[in-house]
Amino acid sequence: MNVIEIKDLVKIYNSSEVQVKAVNGITVNFEEGEFTAVVGPSGSGKTTFLNMLGGLDRPTSGSVKIGGTNVWDLSSRKLIDFRMNNIGFVFQSYNLIPVLTAGENVEFIMHLQGRPKKEREERTKEMLEAMGIGDRIKSRPAKLSGGQQQRVAVARALASKPEFILADEPTANLDSHSTTELLELMSQMNKKYNTTFIFATHDQRVMDKARRIITIEDGKILSDEKFER
Amino acid sequence: MLLSISWRNIWRNKVRSLVIIFSIALGIFAGVAATAFMKGLAEQRIQKVINTELSYIQIHKNGFRQNSDFKSYMPDAQNLASEIRAIPNVTGASQRIIVQSMIASAETASGVLIAGVDPAQESKVTNIHNRIIEGDYFEGIKKNPVVIGKKLAEKLNVKIKSKLVITLQDTANNVISGLFRVSGIYTSNNNVYDESHVFVRYNDLQRLSALPEGVAHEIAININDNENLQTVESSVNEIASGYEVLDWKSLSPEMNYLTEAMDLYMYIFIIIILLALLFGIINTMLMVVMERTKEIGMLMAIGMNKIRIFSMVVLESILLSLTGGVVGIIIGAAFSKWRETKPIDLSAWAQGYEQLGYDAYVYTNLEPVMLVNITILVIITGVIAALYPAYKALRNDPADALRME
Repeated sequence: MNVIEIKDLVKIYNSSEVQVKAVNGITVNFEEGEFTAVVGPSGSGKTTFLNMLGGLDRPTSGSVKIGGTNVWDLSSRKLIDFRMNNIGFVFQSYNLIPVLTAGENVEFIMHLQGRPKKEREERTKEMLEAMGIGDRIKSRPAKLSGGQQQRVAVARALASKPEFILADEPTANLDSHSTTELLELMSQMNKKYNTTFIFATHDQRVMDKARRIITIEDGKILSDEKFER
Repeated sequence: MLLSISWRNIWRNKVRSLVIIFSIALGIFAGVAATAFMKGLAEQRIQKVINTELSYIQIHKNGFRQNSDFKSYMPDAQNLASEIRAIPNVTGASQRIIVQSMIASAETASGVLIAGVDPAQESKVTNIHNRIIEGDYFEGIKKNPVVIGKKLAEKLNVKIKSKLVITLQDTANNVISGLFRVSGIYTSNNNVYDESHVFVRYNDLQRLSALPEGVAHEIAININDNENLQTVESSVNEIASGYEVLDWKSLSPEMNYLTEAMDLYMYIFIIIILLALLFGIINTMLMVVMERTKEIGMLMAIGMNKIRIFSMVVLESILLSLTGGVVGIIIGAAFSKWRETKPIDLSAWAQGYEQLGYDAYVYTNLEPVMLVNITILVIITGVIAALYPAYKALRNDPADALRME
């Protein structure tokens, strides 16, 4: 079943004199439970593509349907709520709230969603334990290593029970050991919760784990391959 | 959770936050202390005017206050005063003969207002008897004693037991004179009053002026608490129907305005302090928002809506302002409490203050409602200070913000 349906997606940036087509007519679908890497060289348009997919960057034309909803038809207010309830984000530089503990960071979106306290606490504990950092629930981000922070970020993204998770270069700031551990945990989460993961990356280790690799160059899909792993 | 985030955010940059908190605390302390001082000054002035000069309520025959006609007296004043003394919360009622006259010493003369009073009754209404600095209050001189102010004594160049001639017109418009001797010299700390108000015994003045017995131009009433003023005033009105009954606020409107004006000045003063602090808070909050552009972008991306972002910035600004404000209020209130019993000593400038009728020792007076209002003003300042920074925060585009590395 398709979770995301993308049709003729175009993004043009107008600078002072020239027009730059960052994404140039991408049509692609993502199914539930996929573990996909969108790859391509720097400037190929993969981050812009992910941002449009995640409801952060408005496309010049084309449509993004998530669970049947055309996200770019939503008002900006509804779009924020839609992101909160349907999309999990994992960023390159973790982007945790520094004044909150690991547990509070995970709980935060559930709090915005208005979930009951008991449910929030149980799910926070479950997510952090699943990511192997249950013992760091009371630690502030500054007291955690980069790998641990990124695990908290993944736990936060999963906690809100999204349709899919967008991870933009999640391993770029991690050492090899942390990357391997993180990818393994994300892969486990993908299988355990059947949550769709879409990565923008040029990290070979991510590509090695991905069951689908979409290669983008000059804003267009160059190849779209699926693997049995 | 938003409140918790905002509170913790304040302490991310401790030095910066403490600088602004300290500034707010200092400003609010100055405002509270100045308010307590000015209020104390005004209250003391009013209380002094009531206790020394006015009393709480006065009764006159209609028109007396306008024309000071000697014949415009209340024939039943003595009985009226007795009835008034029986009213609950009334602590004294003194009937007075009031006459504008000349007082002359061997050297010079001066126009004064002479009050003929019953010393025993007058002592229950005004406190001139406690303000005698030389001699005694109608004691020591058997025949025609007079109590005069220090300033008048200096002007007439007289001392205790000096002779003074009081000249006035009686009810038949005859000019009559009486020889009096100074029995006491008082100071009310109001030079203008001291120079123009002279006290003699009721009986002496009544005899000299040939007024009928038991009459008076004025009945001055003292009560136990200003809170009871209205109740007592309405009871007095019932008893003294047909006469003009006025409380101190009507007798001396400028005293009433003094309290209101002082309150207004203090609010203006505090608002000016807060306005100056406002720009400091805006500056801090702008730095906060600019430093956290990426974080705010991330919060927007993961689903924090504009109302929550706005609330977060406003809450942070309010908490920052309120922390400083509460510290300032506590120190200011403590200062005021301390100075309620240990007055602020302005004796170095006593002469100037006394010329204006103010005390040289000021007991602070701080009303709790003032503290509540200052707290509200601080919160409003916090909200106003956050508006522009919050607007800047809302203009963040999450995609752009997240691109920042």
